[in-house]
Amino acid sequence: MVDEEKKTLAYYPGCELRTRARVLDSSARRSCESLGITLQELKDWTCCGGLVAQVKDNYMALLAPARVLLQAHRQGFKELVTLCAFCFNTLRRASYFLERHAEARRKVATFLEVETLPQVRVLHLLEVLCDRVGIDRLREAVRRPLKGLRVAPYYGCLLLRPAREISLDDPEEPVLMEKLLGALGCEVVDFSSRTDCCGSYHIVTNQGAASQCARAILHSAANANADVLTASCPVCQFNLDWSQSGNGDTAMPVVYFAQLLALALGEPMERLGFDARAAAALERSAAADKGEASREGG
Amino acid sequence: MFQKQEVAASQEAQAPLGETTRIYIMGKSYDVPGGLTILKAMEYAGYRLVRGVGCRGGFCGACPTVYRKAGDFRLYVGLACQTGVEDGMYLTQIPFYPAPKPVYNLQQLSPELGTILRFFPEIVRCLQCNTCTKVCPQSLEVMNCIAAAQQGDFKRVAELSFDCISCGLCVSRCPAEIAHYHMGLLARRLYGAHLIPRAAHLQRRLEEIEKGRFEEELIALCRADRQTLERLYAERVIEPEG
Repeated sequence: MVDEEKKTLAYYPGCELRTRARVLDSSARRSCESLGITLQELKDWTCCGGLVAQVKDNYMALLAPARVLLQAHRQGFKELVTLCAFCFNTLRRASYFLERHAEARRKVATFLEVETLPQVRVLHLLEVLCDRVGIDRLREAVRRPLKGLRVAPYYGCLLLRPAREISLDDPEEPVLMEKLLGALGCEVVDFSSRTDCCGSYHIVTNQGAASQCARAILHSAANANADVLTASCPVCQFNLDWSQSGNGDTAMPVVYFAQLLALALGEPMERLGFDARAAAALERSAAADKGEASREGG
Repeated sequence: MFQKQEVAASQEAQAPLGETTRIYIMGKSYDVPGGLTILKAMEYAGYRLVRGVGCRGGFCGACPTVYRKAGDFRLYVGLACQTGVEDGMYLTQIPFYPAPKPVYNLQQLSPELGTILRFFPEIVRCLQCNTCTKVCPQSLEVMNCIAAAQQGDFKRVAELSFDCISCGLCVSRCPAEIAHYHMGLLARRLYGAHLIPRAAHLQRRLEEIEKGRFEEELIALCRADRQTLERLYAERVIEPEG
């Protein structure tokens, strides 16, 4: 259950969620609305810094994430919710690093012209849903159980690793997405590649290598008879989806967990931005489930 | 260090008459009256500025200047017409800040993030150091403008960069080599050309003009004598304000 005073959470969308991954943003917002959580977007937020921020011997690279955390603090928040796995990873790791390195903290604070850097806890919406809202309450809130939909929950790297700095879930045997999807009525399939790397930014310079990573994941999900694969990261979503274009041997829809969440909470499917392949898979499974129900009923 | 303009203004007011300030222009020393701006000090020293000077009011962006202070290794920048001279100041004026300026056909471009990234890929390198904002003589939120561009928000880029005077001081200080003012210009052009809804009344008026609705009145005006024109001007209906 969300505490009364915690119902409004500061929210950091990240640049991708303004452009290619709009659907992750809109479906998560709709879901939170129906769960009684207000995601209050930070004013004047700036880029999290992405990969650059992970260069730890260069304090300049910490400015971007530190500035976002400072923005949240100045707008009166102690916590900040993210959706994009990249932003989440960057902000949470920067926050972890700054908490432990006085020298970095001092230099970044001097540059940002503040006395001290505030401590702001970076959260991912998955942990807000599972730990704050709670699985039981989520299950109760479901209006349209996704019964019969076989879902492969894909985590990739950034939600889980490096484990000590991120500490969101078990890096080898994560359960957050399984718990969430289970509460939505999905049939969660076990597949071996759920924590493998999607190829990440190699897609820019070495498409072959990235594609190889992505296709191994897709095959693993297809072998487990998944109807759809869920992701939380716009880069994973892109790589997994793009790697299937021109290759007919897998046809695995890649959707965001938030899209399935919003669907189960009763949002109309056509407002959730599913592509044709995903929409077809969802309709197929819904029809099969109905058939099953009517056979059971008869 | 970036509060230059306020400092300059107060110095101008407070500097006692007859006191001089020693500055160095291209390495040669000059004693100039204290409280002058860099621009006036250079002219006092005998320089005739034909390039790198414009409105003298801090609005045209033509006079960005690089300077150093005594005993300080840093390079400082400012508008020459807005920055006051200081003792031991070393000055070099450059006519403009060279920055890559792409050539494009606006009508063939679409207002999307990809267009901005095609011409200004370096915007994604922004470190959020905010130096551009600190150095902007127009006090624009330059860093937030880059952030808005990264988010593909053309309306916000257009609004945030509207008062840009293209002096290029942001470019001179950016560690990510971003050409902020050229990027802002492209975003404003894309916004204006493709995103702002067309004004319906303008369209109607254009159609009226094309149909010749005002021809007769115009011809009558062209043929009118001076006296009639003066009377018409004096009796004209002025649109009420607001």
